[in-house]
Amino acid sequence: MNILTLLGFAFVILVFGMIITFTALGRKQGGFAFREIPAFVRLRRAVGLAVEAGARLQVNLGWGNPVSTEFASGLVGLTVLDRIARAASVSDNPPVATSGEGAHSILSQDTFRSAYGSLGIESQYDPTMGRLVGLTPFGYAAGVLPVIFDEQVSTNAAIGHLTEEVALINDASMRKGNLTIAGSDSLPGQAVIYATAEEPLIGEEVFAGGAYLGASPAHEASLRSQDILRLILIALLLISALGKLFGIDQLLLDLFPGLNP
Amino acid sequence: MKAPVSTAIAIAAGIVVLLGYFIPYEGLVSIRTMMLRWAIILAAFALIVGVINLARVHVGKIKQGKAQAVYSVVLLVSLVITVITASYFTPTGTWSLWIFNNIQLPIEASLMALLAILLIVAGVRLLRRRLNTFSVIFLVTALLVLIGTVPILFVGEIPALRLIREVIVEVPGVAGARGILLGVTLGAIATGVRVLIGADRPYGG
Repeated sequence: MNILTLLGFAFVILVFGMIITFTALGRKQGGFAFREIPAFVRLRRAVGLAVEAGARLQVNLGWGNPVSTEFASGLVGLTVLDRIARAASVSDNPPVATSGEGAHSILSQDTFRSAYGSLGIESQYDPTMGRLVGLTPFGYAAGVLPVIFDEQVSTNAAIGHLTEEVALINDASMRKGNLTIAGSDSLPGQAVIYATAEEPLIGEEVFAGGAYLGASPAHEASLRSQDILRLILIALLLISALGKLFGIDQLLLDLFPGLNP
Repeated sequence: MKAPVSTAIAIAAGIVVLLGYFIPYEGLVSIRTMMLRWAIILAAFALIVGVINLARVHVGKIKQGKAQAVYSVVLLVSLVITVITASYFTPTGTWSLWIFNNIQLPIEASLMALLAILLIVAGVRLLRRRLNTFSVIFLVTALLVLIGTVPILFVGEIPALRLIREVIVEVPGVAGARGILLGVTLGAIATGVRVLIGADRPYGG
């Protein structure tokens, strides 16, 4: 194991330790306080309004490959879907989830099934609530549009791996007058989302969905851990920049040749 | 599968793959490779299940007999024709590629072209919807990068604009992108760890 791999392993262990510790602390203290993210405040309100109006909530999970890091943002989308499915379970029009990838489609159906199962209403579960609508980015966007226009959708949450095609989805949703919330892990996707969504989720905000919708203490703990780790990384970046300025980086590379990428 | 069993299997598989990535022990690495291959095969099967689900949704729409049912008929007929063509002539056969090059590619290209117009309109709408400092900075930056990238009609390339574009893209652009990517990476690691400790169970456990 070289020194860079060792550092990576130590970092993952650190994240494990922090999340487990903060989960225990959060349970003891009754949770942590976070800044307000308007998108999640409006999403919570929209769920209640949709249930009252008998309208439908739509969650677009994107098309991230399951054997890549793109899948992580889709997993957050599934957590958001779980919270929405539970909150809107009494609605006449159940929520609908769209995906552009087979594994996401099955996981979204499983999310509905387990949410309804835990509420004791498994008989209301319908596999068509979690749908595969297209397999390429633009094919996916084209498949989402009929759901927005034809199925009494009032709120559109796009949370997952989405790139430029999300503009077509957001535009259709805005034209229909729906609340449009969107977040992605992709940089081009985020730029497009900023311009086209009513409530954009920028940067790591997309990964805060579980914590802000009250999924579990572990979600709040992971958010707290991310905040601390970000500060550590900023400090390391500043130290390394100063080190390069004063020539200490060469000294470190001479001492630990394994650090040379 | 009962929840505790599926959760235990998912956590064990995740930990083995993670350890196989960091620890160069041959047994672990081969288990990791095998599990990743299984994941790829399962993802392919998931795709088939997803397509069956898609067909089921559209059969349901046709049965409801709404005006939009005609689109569902078109989708199902296209699906059947594509599956038969790709199965009979193989996915890289002449007719399969004809479908791809003459139907799918032009449709996706036109959606891409539509996107360019849509983004300009969205930029104008953004100022009406959310008029604040960041929206103005966003639009001015986008405009400067755009006119610094392409030559202007009858004027040609303006060196000063090109320089401004390069400065924007290489200094604040790269710095901002790295900051966002660091946040996204931390979020992805935390999400992975939550799945590994069983706090997130997207497999319905």
